[in-house]
Amino acid sequence: MTADSGQTPAPTAGAGTVDLTADAKVEAADIPPELVAQSLGQYFRASWARVRGGNSGVLPVVLGLVLVAIGFQIANSKFLSAQNLVNLFEQSTVYMLLAIAEIFALLLGEIDLSVGLVMGLGSVVVAELVQPTGANWPWWAAIIVTLIACAAVGAIQGTMVARLRMPSFIVTLGGLLILEGVAIIVLGGSLVGIGNSAFHNEVVIYDIFWGSFSPVVSWILMAVIVGAAGIGLWVREANKRRHGLETPPPSLTALKILLMAVSGIALVAICNVNRAHFGTIEGVPYIILIVLVVLVACTVLLQRTRFGRYVYAIGGNAEAARRAGVSLPAIRTWCFVLASVIAGIAGVLFASWQVSLTTNIIKASNSYVLLAVAAAVIGGTSLFGGRGKTIHGVLGGLVIGGIYNGLYLLGVSSQWIDVAVAAVLLLAALVDVLSRRGATGQA
Amino acid sequence: MTEVNEPPKGAIPNGDGAEPLLKLRGIDKHFGPVQALYGVDLDLPAGQVTGLCGDNGAGKSVLTRTIAGVHQPDHGQIYFQGKPVHIRSARDASALGIETVYQDLALADNLDIVQNMFLGREKLRRGLLDEDSMEKTAAETLSTLRVTTVRSIRQPVASLSGGQRQSVAVAKAVMWNSKLVLLDEPTAALGVVQTRSVLDLIKRLRDRGLAVMVISHNLNDVFEVADRIAVLYLGRMVVQGPAADFDRQSVVEYMTTGTASGRPYEPSASASGEG
Amino acid sequence: MTADPGETPATTSARTVDLTEDAKVEAVDIPPELVAQSLGQYTRAWLRQLRSGNSGVLPVVAAIVIVAVVFEIITPEHAFLRPSNLVFIFGLSTVYMVLAIAETAVLLLAEVDLSVGAVALIGGVIAFKLVQQPGANWPWWLALLAALVICGAIGAAQGVLTAILRIPSFVVTLAGFLLFSGILIVILGGADSSVNLNTSDPNQNIIYEMVQGLISPVVGWIVLVVLVVAYGASLWLRTTSRRRQGLTAPPLALIAIRIALVAIIGAAVVIICSVNRGSALKSVTGIPWVIPIVLVVLGIWTLVLGRTRFGRYIYAIGGNPEAARRAGVNVPGIRIWAFALCSATAALGGILLGSFFFGEYSTNTADPGQLVLYSIAAAVIGGVSLFGGRGKAIHGILGGLLIGSIAYGVSLLSLGSLSTPLEYILPGAVLLAAVLIDVLSRRGSGGVNRV
Repeated sequence: MTADSGQTPAPTAGAGTVDLTADAKVEAADIPPELVAQSLGQYFRASWARVRGGNSGVLPVVLGLVLVAIGFQIANSKFLSAQNLVNLFEQSTVYMLLAIAEIFALLLGEIDLSVGLVMGLGSVVVAELVQPTGANWPWWAAIIVTLIACAAVGAIQGTMVARLRMPSFIVTLGGLLILEGVAIIVLGGSLVGIGNSAFHNEVVIYDIFWGSFSPVVSWILMAVIVGAAGIGLWVREANKRRHGLETPPPSLTALKILLMAVSGIALVAICNVNRAHFGTIEGVPYIILIVLVVLVACTVLLQRTRFGRYVYAIGGNAEAARRAGVSLPAIRTWCFVLASVIAGIAGVLFASWQVSLTTNIIKASNSYVLLAVAAAVIGGTSLFGGRGKTIHGVLGGLVIGGIYNGLYLLGVSSQWIDVAVAAVLLLAALVDVLSRRGATGQA
Repeated sequence: MTEVNEPPKGAIPNGDGAEPLLKLRGIDKHFGPVQALYGVDLDLPAGQVTGLCGDNGAGKSVLTRTIAGVHQPDHGQIYFQGKPVHIRSARDASALGIETVYQDLALADNLDIVQNMFLGREKLRRGLLDEDSMEKTAAETLSTLRVTTVRSIRQPVASLSGGQRQSVAVAKAVMWNSKLVLLDEPTAALGVVQTRSVLDLIKRLRDRGLAVMVISHNLNDVFEVADRIAVLYLGRMVVQGPAADFDRQSVVEYMTTGTASGRPYEPSASASGEG
Repeated sequence: MTADPGETPATTSARTVDLTEDAKVEAVDIPPELVAQSLGQYTRAWLRQLRSGNSGVLPVVAAIVIVAVVFEIITPEHAFLRPSNLVFIFGLSTVYMVLAIAETAVLLLAEVDLSVGAVALIGGVIAFKLVQQPGANWPWWLALLAALVICGAIGAAQGVLTAILRIPSFVVTLAGFLLFSGILIVILGGADSSVNLNTSDPNQNIIYEMVQGLISPVVGWIVLVVLVVAYGASLWLRTTSRRRQGLTAPPLALIAIRIALVAIIGAAVVIICSVNRGSALKSVTGIPWVIPIVLVVLGIWTLVLGRTRFGRYIYAIGGNPEAARRAGVNVPGIRIWAFALCSATAALGGILLGSFFFGEYSTNTADPGQLVLYSIAAAVIGGVSLFGGRGKAIHGILGGLLIGSIAYGVSLLSLGSLSTPLEYILPGAVLLAAVLIDVLSRRGSGGVNRV
């Protein structure tokens, strides 16, 4: 891949200083394709150059999704049925949220091993708080308090990492141990359930996971969301173009809007198929909207705010960020808080999903952290910091959900599913390491 | 293109006519499309300190690393004690007697002075580390180099001052029957007093008959210790000769423009030169 | 504190200048043994070092004392320090000690091995399965060897991924943890299976006896005396030889104290174990075999880490991998070997664990996650630094003892429903405290400053 428009020709010897510190491997591949492309064709060529240079972005996860879909469909023809697909989406939401939570830590170049247990703790707290025989709080109060509690956990861990500079994996490792004990204490040793339909608060919590919008409302919502997003995107790009700023070609924007519309339509169509054995269950589940809201909020936070900019800066070069005046302790602490809050949201979903929670389920929630890290890394977030987006979490979560669902459909026992996930995690990490090497030439 | 005048090949004046310990002839090195060295010639005679000067990006580090075996030249030849050699790795360089002290010193803070000096080349006795013999040798080396103010040879390197660390790094290089020592910016991070002692150390190396090459930005230091000066400009060796042939201004001009006062370099007539 | 004897006075010759001008270099940064010529000087230097934050094993020893006192007070009937309980604690601690030593090998490289728990259990189960009769019926030493070698290979595989492919060790070993937790269940034969040692079979009984078997007190005393004399003599001879050659050596009085300390601790252990903790009808006295076994492990690892090139290179890589690389050290090779030896040692720990639990291995025997957290906590609170380059095998021993005391002490407290959660909370809290101390002590001595 050669000529990229807009690149200054290399200086000739003698005309000035030869910059011997120039990394000979800095090539066109490292420039985001949108910046240099003037047409759709150029965009795709530049994207391909970037992929070959090692900066593969979401390509692996998209490929992964395709592979998973094709592979499992061949193995079991029910995999791509509407019924199963909705099932898959529902299960994946927990992985997606945990992955998004994990991404906040990974972007900093840290890791949060406690997200699984924060989810577990959150689920137990919210379930206990709505118990009619116990606290009997209204559902919204229970959820708010749960999220606050999770935020507190994140603040404590974040402070230890950010101000005391303790290694994050140890802090969150110790944290998960302590949280496991606390969760068991909250559980009171037996189990807690939200399945009793006689109590309104429990029903609301239950519905979070199991309820859905009616098909008509689903279509309306989809139209509104896609319409708003599409118009917003178009207007923004048009504005930038009018002011002469660097913008992708209009055809690219149109393609993006088209993609959004197509996925939206496909999603609603699949969900509107009646997936009940008896009676009718149809429509887009609530949790999909919840995940969408979280996705959009986090994407805006990371891409369009100062805070998000600083997060990437710290992940890229903490010392440079510090010298530029960024408050490292504050940003770092907030990231851990956000990670724990999102894990708390996942906890509410988890409680709703499991319906009844026992000590064993709490202990099992520990293994979700691996899925979260795997999902984030598969999605394209780097373990080394500074690189990743929330959409990665969503896509990676879908892949993990697909693998779990597919293997389960095939009757594989849970130990071997664990083995498979471990293998996938290693593979994803390997891709991350290799892509870093390819892009920058470092060992 | 600016005019660059190179002395005729093979006739580099070093004052005493003896074969230099290390000779580089026509060394080229490129990294991808970037040419770092163009046909570099260099003489490093034994018993003399050669100061290698050049602006940022002139190629000093690349040249040093080529001699040290980290890079292999694309063209050209290296002669050691008159014989052509290929230095393919740091081990090859060590085997020849070439030792390098890099700018970051490459010392492990958690190990003590003896352990650092013997890192990679520990002495064994009956399969286990021979601490006593290593300690004695290290102590001898330090005392020969008159590094005497370290409190204990067993103190962790982390507790040494910058000058002491530099001395340990140099002593480490010298301990191994080395014949040529390359020093990359040895005084860059040191204060006045510590610089003094490191420069004295360098002179002691020379007095022991080693060939020493010092890369330095600091022309005061260079003029203090160097017997010869070599200047790189944009990857070319634009001038080298006895230090007496140069003054600060001419060296600066060579470093920044490749010539001095628009005149090409003229070797002085006598060995001792002027001034 | 100024003039240290033994320091060459600044000569009046023209060339030597006092290089010790760096304001931050203080006497406190130099280990006291190096500069003290007398016991008095040593103590003063040691106190100075303490005050500057470089406390060595003092925190963990203090913690052990505090834990002993606290638990003695709050345990029902003050039973904590009863000989029978103490022997139990020794036995339980040995597992953590071995695992902590295993983890130390990797921590010294500034890496981490999160799979030691799962690998330990795999090692134990493999050994147990191989001696089964009817079944493989291997001789016990062959089964042990097989378990160590297999787990060593696992460690080597993880080491390759870490050292050569440069995947961060916590990801590799995290995946390994998950992988081998799953494989453990498969090897055991399902979620509810177990494998037991049949003590009537002499071959299997040997493994059972590793923790449960006892050495008679008389033999115990003899062994103790022999060990103390051997240790003391070698230490004394070495020190005097070094002094004679003019090399740095600690004051002789200090050596004498060290030997005395070892003798006293050894005697205390033998005495505690010699107390009859059975009944008048069936006396139970003697030192569990596992104690000498662990001492052997301690001895081997101390030798390897302190007196071999391999150990030297581990410290060098932990301190400055680039310096090690430039010095010609085969950095990836050393890393792979360290991971391999860590996993092999962990396998031994797993075998001891099975023996401790009366020769029975099931999926409920131990939680691999809890094991690894205990191991890391034991190593770190013993004095091994998470940042690499600092730590010794003895630290694992001390830390393991502390963790074992806490774990057992909590179980003695009969807290009912609180005991299970406390089993999680306490080690977590101890781990965090240990790391906090490590980080703060590094700061105090002007060490690693992470941005």
